[in-house]
Amino acid sequence: MPKTRVGVFICHCGNNIGGVVRVPDVVEYARTLPNVVHAEDNLYTCSEEGLSSIKDKVEQQGLNRVVVASCTPRTHEPLFRGACEEAGLNRYLFEFVNIREHCSWVHMHDPVMATEKAKELVRMGVAKACHLEPQEDFESDVFPAALVIGGGVAGMTAALCLANQGIQVYLVEREQELGGLIRGVQTLFPTEQNTEELLHPLIEQVKNHPQITVYAGTVVEKTSGFIGDFDVAVRANGEASNLKVGTIIVATGAEELKPGGLYRYSELPNVVTQLEFEERFKAGADLPRSVAIINCVGARIPQRTYCGRFCCTTAIKNAIWLKEQDPETSVYVLHRDVMAYGVAIEEFYRRAMELGVRFVRYDVESPPQILGDARAEAIKVQHQLMGKEVVLPADLVVLTTPLVARDDNEELSRMLKVPLGSEGFFLEAHLKLRPIEFSTDGVYVCGAARYPCNIPESVSQAYAAAAKASIPIREGMVRVEAITAVCDERRCSACGNCVEVCPFGAVELQEGRFGKAAHVNPAQCKGCGCCVASCPSGAMQQRGFNDRQLLSMIGALAEETTSGGA
Amino acid sequence: MAVHDTESGGNGFEPKILVFACNWCSYAGADLAGVSRLQMPANCRVIRVMCSARVRPEFVITALSKGLDGVLVLGCHPGDCHYSEGNYFTRRRGLLLQKLLQYVGIEPERFQVRWISASEGAKFAETIGQVTDQIKALGPNRSQNGMQPAEPGDS
Repeated sequence: MPKTRVGVFICHCGNNIGGVVRVPDVVEYARTLPNVVHAEDNLYTCSEEGLSSIKDKVEQQGLNRVVVASCTPRTHEPLFRGACEEAGLNRYLFEFVNIREHCSWVHMHDPVMATEKAKELVRMGVAKACHLEPQEDFESDVFPAALVIGGGVAGMTAALCLANQGIQVYLVEREQELGGLIRGVQTLFPTEQNTEELLHPLIEQVKNHPQITVYAGTVVEKTSGFIGDFDVAVRANGEASNLKVGTIIVATGAEELKPGGLYRYSELPNVVTQLEFEERFKAGADLPRSVAIINCVGARIPQRTYCGRFCCTTAIKNAIWLKEQDPETSVYVLHRDVMAYGVAIEEFYRRAMELGVRFVRYDVESPPQILGDARAEAIKVQHQLMGKEVVLPADLVVLTTPLVARDDNEELSRMLKVPLGSEGFFLEAHLKLRPIEFSTDGVYVCGAARYPCNIPESVSQAYAAAAKASIPIREGMVRVEAITAVCDERRCSACGNCVEVCPFGAVELQEGRFGKAAHVNPAQCKGCGCCVASCPSGAMQQRGFNDRQLLSMIGALAEETTSGGA
Repeated sequence: MAVHDTESGGNGFEPKILVFACNWCSYAGADLAGVSRLQMPANCRVIRVMCSARVRPEFVITALSKGLDGVLVLGCHPGDCHYSEGNYFTRRRGLLLQKLLQYVGIEPERFQVRWISASEGAKFAETIGQVTDQIKALGPNRSQNGMQPAEPGDS
């Protein structure tokens, strides 16, 4: 057996780790650990340069174990394993140490303790690495169907993309009708196209597509399983159905904030939100003579710090619409900043001004005040440019509020085991590198479920999510990590504990070379390790998480950090 | 000796706590705490396992007998286990182990089982804070010289 030669690569992650943890000290310390023959730091170990360095050192130094101390295995393990593989090292001879999410980011004010902790985590990782064994991946079949949750523009677009590739799609929509949030919207910016023109053909295509089954008025009740083999229980009007799918797209959208307690909303009849404004005039209400639109209602405040991204554009669009109905209508937009980004929207903003829409900047410290008793009559606001208070006419006050996360996101996130961010929106695996995937394999996200986004953004995200969700289905199989249980038949006493506890029926007692013993079917084993912990004779082990590996980590943690770089 | 400061409960005692976190819920919750930059004491070291049910009782006993000051096992909420029912084994095994550890004289705070989902970054940070405080208050784990059954009458 060749001597164990461990290489340790410690990532600065720019300033993310290096700004807190004293990385050179950790490198110095790693060099003192048993079996470590090489240790280095990288500005970004995941960069092309970092990855080539791993490959070079494996070849030059004859490394047969690689340890990377950087971010989280939930996002970056496949990348580093791939680098090992390219260098001719079995991908399972790699160990990940998390010193960013679990260290530098959560101990930002304690560099000394964070550095100590990083050293210990590296010591534990190296200890485990010494006991790693080469493994081969398994292949597992992918059920050729996809689930799309949410029948708005994002969900329908994703469903069509998948279905047009010949993939069976189940589209689950909570409401009785497809269309989502924009069903109530009159026109869409910046084309000012009637919403129906976009929505109607989309809904028809979805409904008539032979590969799409629409479940309207239906909620997802339970999901279980893995990429390639998810079981989904849905319920409509008390009737339950079970769906089997290979991948899942979350496109549940978001909802408009109803700003209770702000600007006398719900107290005065003529103070409405943007969506209520749209619905009102879609239903043919009489046009008001004067309209004041207040932007950033309930957004960019301490309780809700984010910008709604497209609400400025919505306000501009509706201001233009009013001016186009009747140029004599007085339209004021009270704003904190106008976020009219990009080519088309800036042009749109300019057009609103040309049509006579007045933009008045207000200060968040002295917000506009609505005048009137039974209904809003005028608005008093400190005009920032003029430096004085002005009173503006207001037959109708429109409050521009941001989209907010749906209350039931929490429930769905638990079911699918995917995270939500602090504002309650779904949180992708990586903001820049994996923006429409979750770190749970086989589950993807698009549209406003992730954060407020407009139609073009929803559509392009839906294309992306559908492309990602179709890959495993079209390949027909996924590589399954070699973390399955394996029984040492010589030590097995055939007590059957493992058979009893296995949630997947993957373990059986069989007659073998050493008499009756437990036998694990790797195709059914999902690698939880329940059976391993319940085995009284230590016969059952889990690949990549065996007793020796885990006990060596515990032993390494219990040691004291004595030498190197202190 | 595993602790940085061997004076019991004295100022500057920094316990060393081993945390097992399941890959699907609690490890993801810990990652979320990191992404959200939630600050917490630096006394815990996480070992990732696929399911909390992988944690063999002997891991806990080994850790405590080697002088680590506490062991925390984190899993998905009951009913949410990625493997359907792994965390129910964790719960049952945890209760039994708790009794055994108390019998040999180890304070119950030193071994705890908690549930943290992938979306509960804040709960992860709070739990780490709470458990660290509790173990700090107990002082260093003195059981590394051999666990002793509690004297009759000891709580």
